[in-house]
Amino acid sequence: MSHVSVSNVWKEYDGQIVLERVNLEVKPHAFVSIVGPSGCGKSTFLRMLLSQEMPSRGSILVDGAPLPPEPTEERGVVFQRYSVFPHLTVLENVAFGLEVQRSRLVGRLFGARRREVFEACGEIIAAVGLDAARDKYPSQLSGGMQQRLAIAQALIRRPRILLLDEPFGALDPGIRADMHDLMLTLFEETGLTVFMVTHDLKEAFHLGTRLIAFDRYRRRPEEIGAYGATITFDLPLDRSSPREKREAMAEIGHAVAGN
Amino acid sequence: MARRWINRHPGRAERLFLGLLPFLILILVYATGSAMRLEVNPNDKLLPSFASLGNAIARVAFSTDPRTGVVLLWADTAASLERLVLGLVIATALSLVIGVVNGVLPYVRAGLSPMVAIVSMIPPMALLPVLFIVFGLDELSKVVLIVIGIAPFLMRDLEARILEMPGEQLIKAQTLGASSWQIVLRVVLPQMLPRLIDAVRLSLGPAWLFLISAEAIAADVGLGYRIFLVRRYLAMDVILPYVVWITLLALIFDIALKRFNAWVFPWMEAGRRSA
Ligand SMILES: Nc1ncnc2c1ncn2[C@@H]1O[C@H](COP(=O)(O)OP(=O)(O)OP(=O)(O)O)[C@@H](O)[C@H]1O
Ligand SMILES: [Mg+2]
Repeated sequence: MSHVSVSNVWKEYDGQIVLERVNLEVKPHAFVSIVGPSGCGKSTFLRMLLSQEMPSRGSILVDGAPLPPEPTEERGVVFQRYSVFPHLTVLENVAFGLEVQRSRLVGRLFGARRREVFEACGEIIAAVGLDAARDKYPSQLSGGMQQRLAIAQALIRRPRILLLDEPFGALDPGIRADMHDLMLTLFEETGLTVFMVTHDLKEAFHLGTRLIAFDRYRRRPEEIGAYGATITFDLPLDRSSPREKREAMAEIGHAVAGN
Repeated sequence: MARRWINRHPGRAERLFLGLLPFLILILVYATGSAMRLEVNPNDKLLPSFASLGNAIARVAFSTDPRTGVVLLWADTAASLERLVLGLVIATALSLVIGVVNGVLPYVRAGLSPMVAIVSMIPPMALLPVLFIVFGLDELSKVVLIVIGIAPFLMRDLEARILEMPGEQLIKAQTLGASSWQIVLRVVLPQMLPRLIDAVRLSLGPAWLFLISAEAIAADVGLGYRIFLVRRYLAMDVILPYVVWITLLALIFDIALKRFNAWVFPWMEAGRRSA
């Protein structure tokens, strides 16, 4: 549960401005859905929140303190792909975070302490519905199961912020609905602050308590490198009625039709 | 409907037959050639008959050599394998350490990686005289030749494989609170060991090449030494069985390493099947 404050953040790659003048205040326990056309810098924004990249200008504060210069256990992440370790079973993947915490020297527990940690992981594994697959390797799981595993793995260290980059992009609609229920339950139970990038507006509205859209104001070809994308829509979803949601969806859908 | 040839697969028996066929043909061609030459000149040494090959095998593999008092083939095999295994183990261990730090730590990579790349360009055989001068004509120089011959390749391969790892995994490990050391131990090493062993399998050919070259030049026992020794007497009846034996040993190494990989790293196989 964290307050995130992004002030006047710019990001450029090799002189090309990708993001500019990004300002955002996010209350604790918010679920921020992020939408926008492909290539506008959504993933870049998440990478900055993760400290995988540094802003070129501006600052990001979490609970008033600047972000550490590298990824830390306060900020969990689920990528679209490659989020889990292929050489570890489901159980070992989930236990990884606890093992490295409790065994600083070799990052691995043995005997009774190992059993204890494995038992502690049982609950979250059951919560994401992978009980029957505990001893399987990720390559033996379906795409949806792998993403559920990634979520369980990311939550085991109880991060205060969870970053999701199109986590359900590759899943079929049925599994997606299951994942949404799971996500909402976990969100309520853990009090996390979530940032989720998605290309699916419905998903963004369904899950988010707030929706932001990135886009460029200037899109003439000669201006592309010189001007970046920024937040063009910022919509609280908490109290929106279904009708308000529908109208907002139509409006934003129109605006980000580029994707 | 007749299927396309790319979709037709041989069954088990057919595969076995097709796999053996080239060998059968080779043996047949050899037998014919040998018979024809021996008919012209019974003392011909180039293509000895199977009978004289058998005699030679019995002599070197199953009876003690009157001059040295040992069974030649076994003494040679023991000496060669000792050198080869020692060289492979040292090269692998060295490459594991250097390859991993090069792949994982940018500061070490900046310092060591160019050096490894350049050293790997030195033709190892050109260094052999230097090794003989520095390490003497004994075991050490042969083992060092194998190490110098294959370690740079193993190091570079390992470094490249580590850099190929999806960046997401390293980020993920950091978000789970793992330190650099823990990431090396629990994420990088376990995924790289099977790849290193695969690279060692590819290095088996060069390793044998370096071993036999070194033995040919300076040794008093060893498979390579023996082949080059009996060459003076045109003893094809000894050389050919030795070559077959060396090939068999190399094949056994290769299969053993492959089995080892599949056994110790089951997730690799699981991944390959689903990919
Ligand atoms: N490491 C990098 N070096 C140079 N340019 C980069 C780098 N990473 C991203 N970019 C550029 O930044 C822009 C934004 O990329 P980003 O991945 O953030 O887009 P995105 O909004 O996540 O797109 P998508 O919806 O397709 O995932 C792109 O134009 C991309 O070319
Ligand atoms: Mg993206």
